[in-house]
Amino acid sequence: MLRLVELDKTYPTGDKALKSVDLEVPQGQVLALIGPSGAGKSTLIRCINRLVEPTSGSVFLGDVDLTKLGSGALRRERRRMGMIFQEYALVERLTVMENVLSGRLGYVGFWRSFTRRFPQSDVDEAFRLLDRVGLLEMADKRADELSGGQRQRVGICRALIQNPALLLVDEPTASLDPKTSRQIMRLICELCAERDLAAIINIHDVALAQMFVQRVVGLRFGAIEFDGPPDALTPDVLTRIYGEEDWEATIEKVEDEDEMVTA
Amino acid sequence: MPVKTLSDGRKAWQRRDSKSQLTRWFFTLIGVAIFVWCWNRISEATTWFFVWDAPSIAGDILARATPPRWSYIEKLWVPIWDTLNIATLGTIGALILAVPVAFMAARNTTPSTLFIRPIALLIIVSTRSINSLIWALLLIAIIGPGVFAGVVAIAIRSIGFCAKLLYEAIEEIDVAQTEAIASTGASRWQVMAFGIVPQILPAFAGISVFRWDINIRESTVLGLVGAGGIGLQLSSSLNVLAWPQVALILIVILMAVVLGEWVSAKVRSAII
Amino acid sequence: MSAALQARVGQRWRKPAFIKRPWLRYTLLIGTFLYLVAAIASIEVNWSRVYEGLDRGVAFIASFTNPDFTSRATDIWEGMIESLIMTVASSVVGILISIPIGLGAARNIAPLPVYVICRGIVAVSRALQEIIVAILLVAIFGFGPLAGFMTLSFATIGFLSKLLAEDIESMDKSQAEAIRATGSRWMQWINYGVQPQFMPRLIGLSMYRLDINFRESTILGLVGAGGIGATLNTAFDRYEFDTAAAILILIIGTVMFLEYVSGLIRARVQ
Repeated sequence: MLRLVELDKTYPTGDKALKSVDLEVPQGQVLALIGPSGAGKSTLIRCINRLVEPTSGSVFLGDVDLTKLGSGALRRERRRMGMIFQEYALVERLTVMENVLSGRLGYVGFWRSFTRRFPQSDVDEAFRLLDRVGLLEMADKRADELSGGQRQRVGICRALIQNPALLLVDEPTASLDPKTSRQIMRLICELCAERDLAAIINIHDVALAQMFVQRVVGLRFGAIEFDGPPDALTPDVLTRIYGEEDWEATIEKVEDEDEMVTA
Repeated sequence: MPVKTLSDGRKAWQRRDSKSQLTRWFFTLIGVAIFVWCWNRISEATTWFFVWDAPSIAGDILARATPPRWSYIEKLWVPIWDTLNIATLGTIGALILAVPVAFMAARNTTPSTLFIRPIALLIIVSTRSINSLIWALLLIAIIGPGVFAGVVAIAIRSIGFCAKLLYEAIEEIDVAQTEAIASTGASRWQVMAFGIVPQILPAFAGISVFRWDINIRESTVLGLVGAGGIGLQLSSSLNVLAWPQVALILIVILMAVVLGEWVSAKVRSAII
Repeated sequence: MSAALQARVGQRWRKPAFIKRPWLRYTLLIGTFLYLVAAIASIEVNWSRVYEGLDRGVAFIASFTNPDFTSRATDIWEGMIESLIMTVASSVVGILISIPIGLGAARNIAPLPVYVICRGIVAVSRALQEIIVAILLVAIFGFGPLAGFMTLSFATIGFLSKLLAEDIESMDKSQAEAIRATGSRWMQWINYGVQPQFMPRLIGLSMYRLDINFRESTILGLVGAGGIGATLNTAFDRYEFDTAAAILILIIGTVMFLEYVSGLIRARVQ
């Protein structure tokens, strides 16, 4: 469904962030991308929806090569890729509802969006999603009144209302406490299963990744170092990705005692 | 650490070493010399006889100016209304023009860094460096005296001020928020309306009220060159040396300025 | 589907209004609209005069491509020099006077009577327009740069003292207390505990004020208080747009130069 072919990115400063990355993600698969800071995880995700322009190589979403598209066609394809951000990236001075509805911007004209007259079906869907993540009562609050975990759930709604085929998730838990982190990861994975979505999740926390995903890809210096199931992450592999360290404590299975995410 | 060895061999701590001390003295000396020269030039151009006479002249003017001619206020209502309009309409006009200039000048929104940005910056610098009274003089020469010239003068003068503060606000926005909007497949204009505008709206409101306050002050004196408002009355009263009227007008201007400042402080604290 | 969701789905959604109370919202809207209509209606525009003026406007803009520096060279030269002289002298004097007044206007270091007097001076200076002060001073001291110099010094005092006082009031208390705890005198306390905290900003603000003083000095000539303004006024009166353009270019150039220098200095001290 998503296929990266020899993807390269060299920044104007000369930093080689990605070196000929090949990767294929089938429909419905949730994939965790791990690796040290500066390994190119963020660049990889941003090259897929071209928030960062790749230097060479191709990105196929279905049969479409995203790297060849003009700006109009790119915008239409971006609607099929929902993105969830590290610091939530909500527009803080807009209400929760406006933030969720902004996921539909690719589908409505400028004037309708400017006057906030979204189609009724979009409004209903926004309310359903907010209800699903337990934030229905917050709909008319301003985004900056919410807590971190709540904001990230709004960010998830904004990505899902696009009705995407693929989720690009950039460090969803980096600014959250451990318990909220797990709740958010579980929510993302549940929603992907419900909707049969593929997802690429950048994540620092190896244990958290192992807990939820079906496949792990390790990135080092812009190249893929490891690709396999979560249980194949041995201390040996982690040393190859991150460098020498005592890994036993990290990959020890953590018992999952949290309840389901509720309102 | 700068340490000086004294003649008897002991060491003494100093704040600066002798070289930087010398350069400091040198620049201080040049500074003083420039100031003295400036003062001499001013002094040469001054008739000191008048200056020594100043206290008695000031006393004389004060005696003539009191009490202010309160009844003259009837003739001031229309000029006060005009002054308010010059400030308000001028500010609105300036904001309408300043918004596109600011977007063209901000590094992250300009359509072209090479051609359009320098033009926008030139507009900002040139409108900002020239006082509204000079703009008024120019506009009177072009479109004739009156309130309209005042409105346009205030508007032009304020473009640079507003656009400068606004484009600095645009450059400081959080990029993640605009990226998030762009990643949903939004068009360039939608990114602007949903990602950028909400972020700069508070700054925009603050700047408008701040500039309106300044414009109230400036519009009170535009009349001195014929561009409408209460300054016209001030100018004609000064010409006939009608000091009691001048006193009243000055009181009115003072009150307008204080009132303007009060309103703008109130509105700003309500916004922020 | 929960009851709360049931109630929402199918309902229209509208962005909550900025002003919550409807009557206030509509009163403000209608009031603003009425004011704007009244304000615009009260401006008399002589459109035929404006139309005639367009030619002159074009001529003025065209004259920027061909400014005339030569035919009034001596007037322009002397005016610019006089403006610069007033700027420098008034900035120096204004800054020197505004430091003690700024100290006096800071509530945390000045006794109440001093505070009231200094705040009074600041308030008067800020409320009076430069040009109005200039008119009064010209009437008292006669025509010439002395009146302009005094005007700008007076304005500088209001501007700098206020910002300085606010700066001192928001300064870090513990640094000043540490100096006081050593048993220093008042002057020593100011010199060691307070001065280092406000000095960088004072220098920055002074440079900014120098810039403002120059811009203001260009208009004082309109009321006879010296500087380039008188020459500029004459140029406009005689429709000598090429000379006016030359003067405006000089003013803009000087302001840009001053901004550049003050930027350099501020970057150094901060």
